[in-house]
Amino acid sequence: MEIKKSATAGTMESSDAFVMVSPADELITEINSVVYTQYGKAIEACVKETLASLGVTKGKVAVTDKGAIDCVIAARVETAVKRAGGEN
Amino acid sequence: MSKLVENIGEAIRKTGLKDGMTISFHHHMRNGDHVLNMVLEEVAKQGIKDITVNASSIFDVHEPIIDHIKNGVVTGIECNYMGSKVGHAICEGIMEKPVIFRTHGGRPSDMEKGTSHIDVAFIAAPTSDDMGNCTGKIGKSACGSIGYAFADAMNADKVVIVTDNLVPYPLTGASIPEVYADYVVAVDEIGDPKGIVSGTTKITRDPVGLRMAEYAARVIDASGLLKEGVSLQTGAGGATLAAAKFIKEIMLERGIVGSFGMGGITAYMVDMLEAGCFRSLIDVQCFDLDAVRSLRDDPRHMEVSATQYAGVSGKSAAVDSLDVVLLGATQVDVNFNVNVHTDSNGYIMGGSGGHSDTAAGSKLCIIIAPLTRARLPLVVDRALTISTPGKDVDVVVTQRGIAVNTRYGKNKELKEKLIAAHLPVCEIEDLKKKAEELSGVPASLPLSDRVVAKVLYRDGTEIDTIKAVK
Repeated sequence: MEIKKSATAGTMESSDAFVMVSPADELITEINSVVYTQYGKAIEACVKETLASLGVTKGKVAVTDKGAIDCVIAARVETAVKRAGGEN
Repeated sequence: MSKLVENIGEAIRKTGLKDGMTISFHHHMRNGDHVLNMVLEEVAKQGIKDITVNASSIFDVHEPIIDHIKNGVVTGIECNYMGSKVGHAICEGIMEKPVIFRTHGGRPSDMEKGTSHIDVAFIAAPTSDDMGNCTGKIGKSACGSIGYAFADAMNADKVVIVTDNLVPYPLTGASIPEVYADYVVAVDEIGDPKGIVSGTTKITRDPVGLRMAEYAARVIDASGLLKEGVSLQTGAGGATLAAAKFIKEIMLERGIVGSFGMGGITAYMVDMLEAGCFRSLIDVQCFDLDAVRSLRDDPRHMEVSATQYAGVSGKSAAVDSLDVVLLGATQVDVNFNVNVHTDSNGYIMGGSGGHSDTAAGSKLCIIIAPLTRARLPLVVDRALTISTPGKDVDVVVTQRGIAVNTRYGKNKELKEKLIAAHLPVCEIEDLKKKAEELSGVPASLPLSDRVVAKVLYRDGTEIDTIKAVK
């Protein structure tokens, strides 16, 4: 899937994540998390895996995590990407 | 004769405050307090250094103390609770001497035993006469109970009463009598009344909180303690308040009249008193203005000193007569030790307050906390800081299960009763496992070896240390 425009998904509430995606020439992921020390690696892996499963090869993906579990992060990333690809 | 002095500066000079001494404060003005900052500013102005501040609590409003530490004016802090702003700075290592954390009962008892010496106590008094008869019940900055200040008044070498409502002698119905006061200072404002009600005092609407509250109420009911004469303390957190609401409904439905409600008193406890759920309230601190009004107007609502509330130096304390206490936790470990001092990143953001005192004194100590908070599991192998030892904790209630502490050979019967009441009883390790299934296992925190705080149990013995954050 291609990131054609900027899009967002999620909220800044505790236990949620806010994902912002925008077009870029390469794949850039930026992760900020309140639990980065404890779960930073898990979050990065989850974001990369979700993007790979959606076939995203380029675009900027910024995740502001407020302590979301993996399934929430995956859902927020997927939704943002689909919105950016023209789906709703 | 009059004990009135011109201003705080003159009071400090008259007390003979010198480098290396200890000064004390109480925290009933909570996050609205002006007195601690006013005094430290004047201490700094007079060039006095190396002061230890013994305050029953340090709130975010006391942030200016950080600069006083950096400038060498303050070199020691002793308290029962520390908010995250100052706590953060302490964990970054700005002060050489470790902070000493006590409990609300341990602090006055250490003064009375002579293991904690106060040179000068500064007592914020919402109303005082010029001889130092003072109270928190009336005045524009009325905060209700000033129970934490009694020990300071009785044990400090010099006592300065700071008021913003000076009344003609004698003030009748005073909480602290003139016999302890050396000087009285009138200032414009001892605090901002809006800051007094800074605590979380609304009943939760969060379904997770309500589920936990309902379980906690059912645990109390199943324990058999919810009967005529029951006594109860709840915190001011949303979930514990919701539990109080469920308990109130049961008590009213069955016509149960309890002996007392205790604690930091909230509007909700006042409501239970007025609805006939309790014969009395025992109040060391008011959390809101309804509590202040009730303490002033209702003789069934009693102000007590911290020693009488929770101390170990008296012949008894009210916590010794307490049936049930509902408490919170940032972490619980598999041995039921509870952390209320540090957050998940290792920074100080709280303290025992009366947590370990009430846990020790009560017949049934219930910890209410969600299985995970922002992904982090509640139950860990070892609490980052041990605030309350596991031996004093009976039940941990989460929305996904209830663990009963049957270590130390206790609570076997209680566990059977909870199972019989169809409550979701499980082992503490199960709560850890359930959380880790959702969240994954958290990586451990990198902490340095440097001790930035010592945690003293209510009897004055050290139960843990807090390390600097890397």
